Amino acid sequence: MKLSDVMIRCLQEEQVDTIFGYPGAAVIDIYESLRASSIHHVLVRQEQAAVHCASGYARTTGKVGVCLATSGPGATNLITGIATAYMDSIPIVIFTGQVKSNLIGRDVFQEVDITGATEPFIKHSYLIKDPKEFPRIVREAFYIAKTGRPGPVLIDIPMDYQAKQIEYTPAKKVEIRGYKPTIEGHIGQIKKAIKLLKNSQRPLVCVGGGVVLAKAEEELRSFIETSHIPMVHTLMGVGALPTCHFYNEGMIGSHGYAHSNWALKNADTILFIGARIADRAVANVGILDENANIIHIDVDPAEIGKITSATIPVVGDAKRVLEEMIPLITKLDTDDWREQINKHKKEKVEVHPEGTVNPKLVVRKLSELLNDDAIMVADVGQNQFWTIRNMELKAERKLICSGGFGTMGYSLPAAIGAAIGNKQKKVVSIMGDGSFQMSLFELGTLVQEQVHPLIILFNNSGLGMVRELQRKVDLKEHGVALNGNPNFTQLVAAYGIRTKRVDNGEDVEAVLKEALSEDAPYFIEFIVSDKESTL
Amino acid sequence: MKKHVLSVLVENHSGVLSRVSGLFSRRGYNIDSLSVGETEDPKISRMTIVADADEYTLEQIKKQLNKLVDVIKIIELKEECAIYRELALIKIAASKENRAEIIEIANIFRAHIVDVANESIVIEATGDQGKISALSNMLMPYGIKEVIRTGLTALERGEKELKN
Repeated sequence: MKLSDVMIRCLQEEQVDTIFGYPGAAVIDIYESLRASSIHHVLVRQEQAAVHCASGYARTTGKVGVCLATSGPGATNLITGIATAYMDSIPIVIFTGQVKSNLIGRDVFQEVDITGATEPFIKHSYLIKDPKEFPRIVREAFYIAKTGRPGPVLIDIPMDYQAKQIEYTPAKKVEIRGYKPTIEGHIGQIKKAIKLLKNSQRPLVCVGGGVVLAKAEEELRSFIETSHIPMVHTLMGVGALPTCHFYNEGMIGSHGYAHSNWALKNADTILFIGARIADRAVANVGILDENANIIHIDVDPAEIGKITSATIPVVGDAKRVLEEMIPLITKLDTDDWREQINKHKKEKVEVHPEGTVNPKLVVRKLSELLNDDAIMVADVGQNQFWTIRNMELKAERKLICSGGFGTMGYSLPAAIGAAIGNKQKKVVSIMGDGSFQMSLFELGTLVQEQVHPLIILFNNSGLGMVRELQRKVDLKEHGVALNGNPNFTQLVAAYGIRTKRVDNGEDVEAVLKEALSEDAPYFIEFIVSDKESTL
Repeated sequence: MKKHVLSVLVENHSGVLSRVSGLFSRRGYNIDSLSVGETEDPKISRMTIVADADEYTLEQIKKQLNKLVDVIKIIELKEECAIYRELALIKIAASKENRAEIIEIANIFRAHIVDVANESIVIEATGDQGKISALSNMLMPYGIKEVIRTGLTALERGEKELKN
């Protein structure tokens, strides 16, 4: 069988039904095999979007995302997407074409060392040197991508090998001697952690993206409701517990809430679950070490002790460890402690300014109108925090964005990927005018795929978050005005998408209702004042 | 900061060395020397890495190395329970007059003369880093033309084996 046909068989073994890609001479055999297969190929408009699409698809379906690109520029265009997925631990398998095996290292047309280039921000990578090894490598790649701490894995295939005849061997159990993730938490450590929590006066749970990746939302909820321990979360942990849950004390970090950060500073025991405790979540980690005992659960042992030293480290999968903890924990008296936290809550009154729209109120209205299984994909910048801080996440709702890497232009392609994987759900892409212009050409992919997301653009004529930062530190604004902005509704309408422009608070509800009633893609541009603050 | 000797079993294929050395430079870990060679199992190589690190960094080095799929096992070899060795080849400017003196020094250090020419001598010396440095110091006055050191390699004493 041709190697490229074996590839299809291997993908089918992994239940892959969709692949995001862009063709080129170095993957021509793979495209021929794809054409004859049942796997749906989504043609993106630039390779970076293929990875973001696969990321949005993976995060909203629980499957491994798959993408494909040609050698050279096709491969290097993937890089930002791969780094984005790596920082947020998203399971993706990437296939790239490589120049002919006998020409590698001779700087021939469209040659690039992509395994070398991606090495710092990829979970693992392979360059095929022996075509016979290909089926084993594909299986290993999927296994590595989705197990332990998930992440992207790349397979680089020289173009002459793609046409080579190799034997298809049925799947066997994957055995990699250097890769054995610890899933079960150490029971002794778990018991110690429970004892510490029971003996503390001001216990706090802080969850990160690891809980979402481990699909441990139910276990988290059960643990919190049994123990009555209040919970805060990082940006990546949003939605792990419903936002309005009684024990959910909100998001910590530089763009989080005052009371959430206060709780973190004043807790005497903090149970971190699947959180890296990175600088945007906790700016001054030293304070934590001094004030609190720290229990740290993470599937990646390298995250424990990297930023803060843990009193009790527990290496293991969040779901499994929580399952062990639930029967051991008892109800703790946290009433006073929660009352203290809630005293630090600050309410701000929001109104629509004259002639513009308040984006926070738009998100709140959208939150009222959306179904319980809607998927929100925020971009990066002010739009991200307007969305996260004002969208209620309940039931099956999901909110995803680029967290660790903060990649602008993530939302539109990720929303397309999410919509392809969730045909029956409403997907909402929320962007600013900066981030939209980093990916707007993906509207072509959206139309070609006939998916129906709602696209929301908050247009404040500039790069709002950087502009706010420059103003805050008394710098002169520079390089942040987007003066050449097009007429966005006309531009989007040229793709045949229905559009609306809203510059008045009174129209928000009616337009959102109309857009949500349509079984078609819909684009709404909200005109936002440049004075509108992130928080 | 203290020097630590790590013995690392890795898959014996191309790209592994770059992954390991890349990890050190990327995360700002100081590497003193790295030597690598095939083991009794040709599919596995063994690296000896000498790193300059405090306890926190050493812990991180081990954990980050362990994350690499190609890394099979890591142990730290403490001086008291391991044999440390390094090989050095030293080319010294030697004349007829002082050749005997130089050979005498080499003998004291149990080093071998492996090449002699009209105006030079090459000495091969094996030992821990202290011994090699002491020998170099002794030879310095004669004029060292070239030195090449393999970097440290090490093995644990006793019956224990490092296996995957």
